[in-house]
Amino acid sequence: MRRYLLRRVAQGATVLFVVSAVVFAIVHAAPGGPALLNNPDVDPRMAKEMEKLLGLDDPIPVQYARWLKNAMLGNLGRSYQHSMSTAELLGARIPNTLLLSGTALLLAVVLAIPLGMISAVYRYSALDYAATLTAFFGVSIPVFWLAILLIIVFSVTLGWLPSSGMLTVGTPFSLGDLLRHLIMPSIVLATFPLAQLTRYVRSSMVESLAQDYVRTARAKGLPERRVLGRHALRNALIPMVTVLGVLTPRLLGGAVVTETIFAWPGLGRLAVEAAVTRDYPVILGATLLVSALVVVSNLLTDLLYLVIDPRIALR
Amino acid sequence: MQTAVLEGSASPLAAGERGVSDAWRRFRRNRLAVLALAYLLIVHAVAALAPWLGLQEPETMDLLSQFAPPSREHVLGTDETGRDVLSRLVFGARTSLAVALAAMVVAVAVGTMLGALSGFHGGWPESVIMRFTDGMLTVPTFFLALLVLAVFGSNLVNVVLVIGLTGWMVVARVVRAEVLRTLPQEFVVASRALGGSEARVLVQHLLPQALPSLIVAATLGVAYAVLTESALSYLGLGVQPPTPTWGNMLTGAQHYVWKSPVLALYPGAAIMLTVLSFNALGDALSDTLDPRHAGS
Repeated sequence: MRRYLLRRVAQGATVLFVVSAVVFAIVHAAPGGPALLNNPDVDPRMAKEMEKLLGLDDPIPVQYARWLKNAMLGNLGRSYQHSMSTAELLGARIPNTLLLSGTALLLAVVLAIPLGMISAVYRYSALDYAATLTAFFGVSIPVFWLAILLIIVFSVTLGWLPSSGMLTVGTPFSLGDLLRHLIMPSIVLATFPLAQLTRYVRSSMVESLAQDYVRTARAKGLPERRVLGRHALRNALIPMVTVLGVLTPRLLGGAVVTETIFAWPGLGRLAVEAAVTRDYPVILGATLLVSALVVVSNLLTDLLYLVIDPRIALR
Repeated sequence: MQTAVLEGSASPLAAGERGVSDAWRRFRRNRLAVLALAYLLIVHAVAALAPWLGLQEPETMDLLSQFAPPSREHVLGTDETGRDVLSRLVFGARTSLAVALAAMVVAVAVGTMLGALSGFHGGWPESVIMRFTDGMLTVPTFFLALLVLAVFGSNLVNVVLVIGLTGWMVVARVVRAEVLRTLPQEFVVASRALGGSEARVLVQHLLPQALPSLIVAATLGVAYAVLTESALSYLGLGVQPPTPTWGNMLTGAQHYVWKSPVLALYPGAAIMLTVLSFNALGDALSDTLDPRHAGS
């Protein structure tokens, strides 16, 4: 069990290394340096000076090694754009992204399990048909369009919910205010995972309901609720955990678009801005951080796996 | 399962249910899929014939008639710079579909190559390729896509490449699985024993067997490509205006959602219907081409 975990951690670390190296290569190989230096108004001698100051005239592997060494010590450099320490900048944004993505994930999982289960148990009923169709729509709808639709309905027409930001500027913090800002983005972000998970839960429930142990449980005279909840569902959840592992990077990626539309102050939006302004330290830091989040969540998923299916650790 | 191919009697399909015309009959039973196919054919035809349909110029701005309501001249009205919405929708279909299909080709090419090689050789190459594939699945690819496009510029080629190179992993897995399934079969063993070269075995024997699953993966891949392209264009890093694409039509629409919410409806609906159709088609193809997999 411990070896399994260690192996996964090692894999995760490798992924982080490779990703950071690749991103570093991409960012530095691109034509033109940071946006500041690209500016034709800047005196070429000043530009040269800045390059030297920022250490941009060293060969790329040297720069990477330097960045890596600093990163391991927690120093991610200073943002070119924001004149703040990158770590500070990122640190301020992480909780917001975690709040949004976490809420969305929670919504998705909490709703998908019962929906998928009911769909599977009442297969081919009108309810099942409706749920399956809705799930289909859910995986096909573009995130930003759903967002715009919701904004049109709830902000423009009804005026019930704010259409951007995390908190209302100028007013003291209130949980209600936060929640009102959180509802739409998290629903939007949760849609795709919810739809995808519902389909998975349904199909794996259908499969597990056909298994012998369910027949046995029923033959034993167990109440149907127990048969479903304790036996069929447990086994159906295993593939779902796998899907969660694949969905997480997508969720964090989806957060980028959602955060941009709703002007949510999170990592995703920061990363987009940094990419556009060629703010190297922030790009590198943000990508590294997001990848780290994915790796951590994958590790958690693996742990969850072990809890649900002890057979895995024995492999 | 392997021998089912050779000993037809073990197949769950009835004696009269194999063959292409029978596959079509099975497909027809899925009404959603038939609708989806019809819709897609129409959309593709319209997109392909766009320049000859007698529409307004999609890129001509007319700042005197912004947000115009539908009229004889502008059947769906105009957008925030006075461009005709209908023709932008049609030409947008052209661009969005072209990009998505091209990206799918890239993804299929890369994925098939990597999947086939890893399945065929096994051992160390397989390990490396599969680790790489898993790694790519872990990485937040949309992020990387944004980065690459921001850094290297958003021309059409880059967009196609970026979408293709972030979507090949599923194809690779599918192809590898198919190759592994087909390798032990007798006709493959025979071919290799007779001295068939690797290329020959792959192309003549293994890949044809993988074709049905590959087609399904490719169809679902186009759905993914359409969604991704529209997201990238919406964010301003995909296809650049004034070239219309459904995604970047929504960028403008969002700004003016307080003034003219209708503008947001058409492109988004188009994207959704198209992606839905590709998804439905892919699912139906999956059931049709291998009913053993049909779970629902």
